[in-house]
Amino acid sequence: MKNHYQLLIIGGGPAGLAAAVTAANQGVSCALLDEQPAPGGQIYRSIESVPEQRAQTLGAEYRRGKELAAAFRECNVDYFSETRVWSLNREREVGVLHKDKSKIITADQILVASGAIERPVPFPGWTLPGVMQAGAGQILFKSAGVIPDDGVVLAGSGPLLLLLAWQYMQVGVEIKAMLDVTPLSNNLLAMPKLPKALLAHHYLTKGLVYQRDLKRAGVVTKIAVSDLRAEGEDNLHAVCYRHLGREHRIETDLLMTHFGVIPHIWLTQAAGCKHQWDKSQQCWRPQHDKWGNTSIEGILVAGDGAGINGAKSAEHAGRLVALQALFALGVLSQEERNKQSANERKCMQSERHIRPFLEAYFAIPQTILATPDKDTIVCRCEEITAGQIREAVANSHADSNQVKYLSRCGMGACQGRQCANAVAHIVADAGGQPVSAKSHFRGRPPVAPLTLQQLASLEEQR
Amino acid sequence: MMKTDVLIIGAGLIGASTALQLAMRGCRCIVIDKDSPGRHASGANAGGLRQLNRDPAEIPLTVEAAKMWRNIEALVDSDCDIRFSGQLRLAENQSDMDKLEQRAAMVRDMGYQHEEMIGKKELYQLVPALSPHCVGALICREDGYGRPYHALTAFRRKAEALGVTFHSSTEAYTIEQEGEGWQVRTSQGTFSSQILVNCTGAWAGQLAGLMNEPVSLTAKALMLMVTERLPHFVDPVMGAASRKLSFKQMQNGTLIIGGALIAKLDFALEQTEIDWHQLAKSANTVVDFFPQLKDVRIVRAWAGIEGFMPDNIPVIGASQTMKNAYHAFGFSAHGFQLSPVVGRIMAQLILEGRSELPIEPFSIGRF
Repeated sequence: MKNHYQLLIIGGGPAGLAAAVTAANQGVSCALLDEQPAPGGQIYRSIESVPEQRAQTLGAEYRRGKELAAAFRECNVDYFSETRVWSLNREREVGVLHKDKSKIITADQILVASGAIERPVPFPGWTLPGVMQAGAGQILFKSAGVIPDDGVVLAGSGPLLLLLAWQYMQVGVEIKAMLDVTPLSNNLLAMPKLPKALLAHHYLTKGLVYQRDLKRAGVVTKIAVSDLRAEGEDNLHAVCYRHLGREHRIETDLLMTHFGVIPHIWLTQAAGCKHQWDKSQQCWRPQHDKWGNTSIEGILVAGDGAGINGAKSAEHAGRLVALQALFALGVLSQEERNKQSANERKCMQSERHIRPFLEAYFAIPQTILATPDKDTIVCRCEEITAGQIREAVANSHADSNQVKYLSRCGMGACQGRQCANAVAHIVADAGGQPVSAKSHFRGRPPVAPLTLQQLASLEEQR
Repeated sequence: MMKTDVLIIGAGLIGASTALQLAMRGCRCIVIDKDSPGRHASGANAGGLRQLNRDPAEIPLTVEAAKMWRNIEALVDSDCDIRFSGQLRLAENQSDMDKLEQRAAMVRDMGYQHEEMIGKKELYQLVPALSPHCVGALICREDGYGRPYHALTAFRRKAEALGVTFHSSTEAYTIEQEGEGWQVRTSQGTFSSQILVNCTGAWAGQLAGLMNEPVSLTAKALMLMVTERLPHFVDPVMGAASRKLSFKQMQNGTLIIGGALIAKLDFALEQTEIDWHQLAKSANTVVDFFPQLKDVRIVRAWAGIEGFMPDNIPVIGASQTMKNAYHAFGFSAHGFQLSPVVGRIMAQLILEGRSELPIEPFSIGRF
């Protein structure tokens, strides 16, 4: 690994891979850093090694990653897999952990293509072993073919939940129930956005097909479920919920939940890029212009890390932002950049027609986000409950950071990467204020855990 | 317009402690802060309650402050989550021992008993986990540590219970003398008071400037890092005689590691940037003293902005250019322990025009 690159790409998902392919052979020194052992990101996880049959089950949307990974393998950028980025600052210094040694490298242009994480949503019992995120379940299937062998309850909201149910059904997993927490009122709110969504009707059609197949296979789907609760002593025993005014209980030792995905902003946040609250997506995202430039010169974003728009859009954005980086490096003229990116922008925009509809349709209700039961743990690292957070607000701690100082909420091993969103909603609700750009915990590096020895190894670089 | 007897600018621990002591004496106080209470050094410091190795001028104050911390619950209705686990300075060789012995002798000669030398045997009884190469230490057994933000909140709440009000997001723009008193125009309206107190930490130079009393205060950002939780394995807070180290295991099992490590700072923007090369050096020092900790994960590093004086001791006392104005700032990263006694001294100065303890060395006019 060199100490300096002209272009550094962080993340090997669709945006990062497409950017690397675009930037290769342009005469700039370019490297791509990624945590995973192989290219593909979360969406195309294990795309190069997946057995054919599993790839079929995972669907055409997944298989198209193959081409992208192959193109990436052929391009001449320095590729560092299993490499963790633990710090990024406004001077474009990047803390990297590679082969258990840390190093700080610099770059003229840094493209953060960090992708998305599943939105963590606290509900009673969510920390019990046996409760996991649906995306994590899907990763296990993609990377190792691991599926639940004793049935599963799926709960939450969003397209991924439906997709996973359909994939599980294909491989014979017993789906004990699909519990959709999306309130019926979302349909009304989403309706005005439907005409635009019809421009990307293939997404809608696919969703309807999944629903139809699940119904035919006899999978019970409950719509507008509320009061979701996981029960058990040391492990999950049952899932309880309310539907049409009645309490229900399903015995299960596995519950997979999904409440949509949100941008992975820890790096841009650590760097001090400006972020904004996206009301429609119910999350923060880095502010950026139409070329992917953040508020800090030389730090760019593309893909879901810049705002959730899906894998295909990410690919186009990756190419477009790579062209911008090449322009900033003086390799392309403005005219060449504009010309070469015109089609990418067009494709990217048409991929996004569906988003306003999806965001309205799958919006997580305020009752789930902002008013969890007072005994529900919100910060699982420090075991801080929703009630303690509200108490801190009542004791004149007006923002998330003050709540953090007082309660240690968000100060544990994950540094609030899991609870930041939930805390912001609760603090805002308790204080009678809307969530804003300021509601986020101040980011404290390292953005990924680093041992004393690994940090100490930085001295060898000198 | 808000009217009060004493307007304190700066809602850090020094400001809160001063407000509390004034309120206990029946004085009306308002505390304003451009951010929120404890936003900077008072919330970001390592929480050391250290008499050990203080500047001689600070010794009378630190000894009195230690007594106040012992009895802190009586003062603020909270134990501030304090531990009196001792603090020590490690010697790694004979030259370290000589240096520390000289120090101990100097303190003894001043008539104080709180710092003493211990040999290798006692050191390893106190800290069995320590790497075997150390030879002894200077110790203050009464020292310990607290949780700074908890302490600040306790001081603030007690002050509030006695009638003090705190105003956050209230930045002082201009100050003007009105007869014998003051008018302070802020981002949240104008405040008027008889007395003005400058407890603004790293920002105190600017406020002193407004009083025509320029002072050579430097803002620096000190870095700390904290690890994941570990089973309890060490009691005393540790420093080293000839290396940059500050090391303690907190109540919850995390380790706090620092030692005068300076971050990059853009003071105007209040932006700090961690200097990883310095922290790497610090991580190496820790692993030298505790090799078994090499695989412990660091979860967070941060830097707090603090005001430093050229001689690393604070300014405490009356303004020498303006009537009815007072200063308490520039604690140079060791104000946490002193804060209860400084609050008391400030209240005495303001209300009685005297201090029970010698504060001449802290005069703003000393340079």
